[in-house]
Amino acid sequence: MSNSLLVTDERMASISTVTRILRRPEIGALLGAIVIFLMFTAVDTTGIFASLTGLARWSDVAATVGIVAVPVALLMIAGEFDLSAGVMVGSSGLFAGLLISNWNWNMWPAIAATLVFAAAIGFINGWLVMVTGLPSFIVTLAMFFSLRGINLGLTKVITDTVRVADIDEAPGYDLARSVFASEIIEPYDYKVAVIWWIAVTALATWVLTRTQFGNWIYAVSGDKVAARNTGVPVRRTKITLFMCTSMSAALVGVITLTRLRSMQAGQGVGEEFTFIIAAVVGGCLLTGGYGSAIGASIGAAIIGMAFIGIAYAGWNTDWTWLFLGLILFLAVLVNTFIGRRASGARK
Amino acid sequence: MTTQGNESGTTTALELKHVSKFFGSVIALQDISLSVEPGMVTCVLGDNGAGKSTLIKILSGVYSPSEGEVLLNGEAVTFTSPREALDSGIATVYQDLATIPLMSVWRNFFLGNEPLKGIPPFRYLDRTYAKEVCRTELLDMGIDIRDPEQPVGTLSGGERQAVAIARAVHFGANVLILDEPTSALGVKASGVVLKYVLQARDRGVAVVFITHNPHHAFLVGDRFYLLNRGQMMETFERGAVTREQLVQAMAGGAELEVLEHELESITRQ
Repeated sequence: MSNSLLVTDERMASISTVTRILRRPEIGALLGAIVIFLMFTAVDTTGIFASLTGLARWSDVAATVGIVAVPVALLMIAGEFDLSAGVMVGSSGLFAGLLISNWNWNMWPAIAATLVFAAAIGFINGWLVMVTGLPSFIVTLAMFFSLRGINLGLTKVITDTVRVADIDEAPGYDLARSVFASEIIEPYDYKVAVIWWIAVTALATWVLTRTQFGNWIYAVSGDKVAARNTGVPVRRTKITLFMCTSMSAALVGVITLTRLRSMQAGQGVGEEFTFIIAAVVGGCLLTGGYGSAIGASIGAAIIGMAFIGIAYAGWNTDWTWLFLGLILFLAVLVNTFIGRRASGARK
Repeated sequence: MTTQGNESGTTTALELKHVSKFFGSVIALQDISLSVEPGMVTCVLGDNGAGKSTLIKILSGVYSPSEGEVLLNGEAVTFTSPREALDSGIATVYQDLATIPLMSVWRNFFLGNEPLKGIPPFRYLDRTYAKEVCRTELLDMGIDIRDPEQPVGTLSGGERQAVAIARAVHFGANVLILDEPTSALGVKASGVVLKYVLQARDRGVAVVFITHNPHHAFLVGDRFYLLNRGQMMETFERGAVTREQLVQAMAGGAELEVLEHELESITRQ
């Protein structure tokens, strides 16, 4: 490089590698994950938390959170929320379940139809946000409650119960089970969902950092008019992200359905905040424009470790939510502090 | 000085002919005619409420005029969006600069015009190329941003102006509209931005410099249009006007005298 030939601004201190690393949005989450891992290893009463079997247990919890948390993070970077992502897990599972058990669909067309259904719901979310100009918080909250009502109401009307069952009798179930709900690597029994989680994270990271669309995701978080004036299609970018979020929730819905062979009408409710916690712990700013997909996955890993670690420590699992609340607060505090230091501010 | 291309239309990049803009009963602009030529800095001076913002929005395609016409390279055009104007080579650098503070310099530089490589649909950003071009383009404007990865928000106001101007010039702007580029800057940073204005001019770009500061305009302008209350008050050519005349005209000489008297009477009390 010809850097040395250039006259550099004498007020600019050289940027150290450490600062460069600290500038990464996911660094706070990574440090937090290490601390939490060590902590649960220390208090573990079963002796398996830090083993490959332990990893298999908590990565399973983390996977079903992470698959949705990653697109939720992209959506947050774009400056929008999706509070309907949790209930979408239930809606899509019920949708597929009803097609299969009530109308005797083959597993695979049912899954394809479910993804289309989820994409449509995501499109409605995004379209309503863009057309009405209302905060996505409100629009998707309305979608959350509507879907929650529909899940319960429709399931009762159609099946006379609050669940859809007997999925495993459908043609194509065995193949679907091996793709979405099987165990891999004996004798630890990792859930195949972990592969989906890693794939979603890798794809999202590539899109975010290496593609034009990724550039647009960052850009649409700010002034809409400014972004549009530079040629970024704001509406298309945001609607696409809402659709991706919905479809990722549908993926978890299908995974849950094939794993449990049935679906409860209340499934997924409350999960939306777990996804948002994972994204925020992973370094996403609530104001948008900043964050990473890997960060959200690390956030999901922390949540997975908390659920399993607390049980393995022999503590009452009722305390998990308190723990997650504290983690959320601390993570944001640390992220803000590190972010401020790394961006060079002195205060 | 430069030839007057208004009548022939051969050397004019952008021209307004008897343009008016009404918002309901409000007359924002009335009968404005001006022409902008390549390789020249055209200054539009006006105080708050003079109609500068409306004029910018007409020039950059946000509004279409209620009356009169806009000519681009001698041909009448109607823009329905800023994007259309941009595609025709009219770039506008707004006061807010349209930069995303948390995004890196190179990502901001190429925002909306990202260089891609690979086979569709798996096309991805050509990061090495983007960073290199961003660096050299800014160096050409005399600004060394050191690290294209640093967030734009960490640059100074003058540097951000430079990024926005360099971006517009790089993407082939024939007409560059600058909305109050020096208004939020200190004396030194303003000087730096004025230098970028001249550099853009030297590349043959038709620069429209919109400002309320006659001192800044005088330093770089080749032609000065004075706007007041939606009307074109006066037009000066470089060399035919002194700085004092410009300041006087801008301040509205008579109004300033009245103000002076009023202030005197207050201090006497």
